[in-house]
Amino acid sequence: MRNLISITTLIGSIVAVQLLTSFTGTGYYLTQLTMTAYYSLIIIGLCLVMGYAGQISLGHAGFFAIGGYTSAALTTYNLTSMLENGNSLIKFISGRGLLIAAQDLYGDPVLYVNPWIAALLAIFLTVIIAFLIGIPVLKLKGHYLAMATLGFGIIIFRIVLATEIFGEADGLSEVPGFTLLPGVIVNGDFNNRIFNYYIACGFVVVGVIILLNLINSRVGRALRAIHGAEDAANAMGINTSRYKLYTFVISAVFAAIAGIFLTHYNGGIGPSEAGIMKSIRYVAIVAIGGMANLWGALTMGVLLNFMSLRGMFGSYDDAVFGAILIIIMLFAPDGLLHLSIWRKLRKKIL
Amino acid sequence: MALLEINNLSRSFGGLKAVNDISFSVRSDSIKAVIGPNGAGKTTLFNLISGNLPADTGSVVFKGLPIHGLQPYQIAAHGISRTFQNIKLFPGMTALENVMIGRHVKTRAGFTAGMLHLPFSRREEKEIKEKSLELLELLDINQFAHIEASSLAFGQQRAVEFARALALEPDLLLLDEPAAGLNIYETAEIARLISKIQKRGITVLLVEHDMSLVMDISDEIVVLCFGEKIADDLPAKIQQNPQVIQIYLGDDDA
Repeated sequence: MRNLISITTLIGSIVAVQLLTSFTGTGYYLTQLTMTAYYSLIIIGLCLVMGYAGQISLGHAGFFAIGGYTSAALTTYNLTSMLENGNSLIKFISGRGLLIAAQDLYGDPVLYVNPWIAALLAIFLTVIIAFLIGIPVLKLKGHYLAMATLGFGIIIFRIVLATEIFGEADGLSEVPGFTLLPGVIVNGDFNNRIFNYYIACGFVVVGVIILLNLINSRVGRALRAIHGAEDAANAMGINTSRYKLYTFVISAVFAAIAGIFLTHYNGGIGPSEAGIMKSIRYVAIVAIGGMANLWGALTMGVLLNFMSLRGMFGSYDDAVFGAILIIIMLFAPDGLLHLSIWRKLRKKIL
Repeated sequence: MALLEINNLSRSFGGLKAVNDISFSVRSDSIKAVIGPNGAGKTTLFNLISGNLPADTGSVVFKGLPIHGLQPYQIAAHGISRTFQNIKLFPGMTALENVMIGRHVKTRAGFTAGMLHLPFSRREEKEIKEKSLELLELLDINQFAHIEASSLAFGQQRAVEFARALALEPDLLLLDEPAAGLNIYETAEIARLISKIQKRGITVLLVEHDMSLVMDISDEIVVLCFGEKIADDLPAKIQQNPQVIQIYLGDDDA
């Protein structure tokens, strides 16, 4: 019931913001708001891992990049010549209708993998990598886990930076739109802006509902128990390592989905999306939102990502998020939206 | 047949033989106590049974199945639940939620059911809550159901931990010093509680320092000293065992 009210409020504010931008003639804000919505997907997924299961990941930009880059590479690689050369694999998948033929800017034919297929492959790949990384890494605790996931993030960053099919330092561009339903396309088309805003927000609403359900379920309770006292949780029959692993994989999938659709929306992806500073930013936002507070993380995620995307932090962008992390850890380890902070503040002022 | 059989169990830490070649068994529906001076290896023995520590050698057989080498969560699923010497409740969770965790092994809604809020998981959740409230009532702490467990008084916290352990519907309950830190009235209360649990058909194995508690409620007592078994007998016999008296009271000429 309480969730119903919160979800309604969320949907209400999404609609209100859109109406506000159209009445005030500030429709251009919707571009950053759409991007913010996709970034929020990563934030809420990471919030599940950090706040509820009590683990940390400093490598979530890596999962975002795996999703975005896999999708981008598959939908930008021109298969025309391979088909003409009689490559039997390409012929086979082409025959199944899994490829899309179009024309590029110069009118030359391009043939690429259907974004649906690319997205499914990207998610599949993310799940496999998250499992492979998660099984050994989640045996670690505290600083060690942080460092191991940081290492994973660095590996992904260096891989995309050094691989030709991922465009090296330039990243990938001219990623085609993603047709979700006939007429519903995720792309950066100017006329499609309002539509795309609602699509992105739709992902967030569905993501929030799924995570709220999970948090309030038997599994969510078990996760909080693991966070509180892992050995006691284990003694109560909870398979702690499996629960931590599944949570990690779910949050990786959230990040990958954000990567896939943001890449189609932006029409490209660059190596900075896989960077360490991005991962640190996500952790900082979850911390400022109050760790075990999905709504807090979502609110702060929207606010800070939007400000950052509007360029409000200027060239100090990364520095701002670093500073936020330090300040939050020192003065408000329970997050900025925790009531006691405001009580303390009021006492100091009055 | 014995419910739990411990055969030649050993575990050392470096050069210290914390548990050295210990064997004994626990009959169904009995209360068995493990006593011994500090450092006798009682808690180590408990951790070996519950899977928190791997044994070096020896076996633990529960209901005819070997359970040594299994993870604690697997042992819990086999029907052994435990409490901890220094109470380990889940912080930030209410007394009721703590007990609800104990229902974990008896329920099955997983990640998919949780994320999609499937109807069967809703039914299950209701059942978990009802059972847990029942247990809180059984232990007379239902008035604290919605209070954060770690803010309760020590004795009440212990009762919550008991309820949580009982929520697994175990066949064997391991109690690690249930009277530690309790006053004489609370200890008497715990004694009553343990008898009550046994009458529900749950076998109890406890480690304890408090002699009055042990002598009153136990059917059988195992005495450990420096990792070795000294005696395994009825309480009345233990009281007269010269070796046990020597361990607890010292030599005549001391």
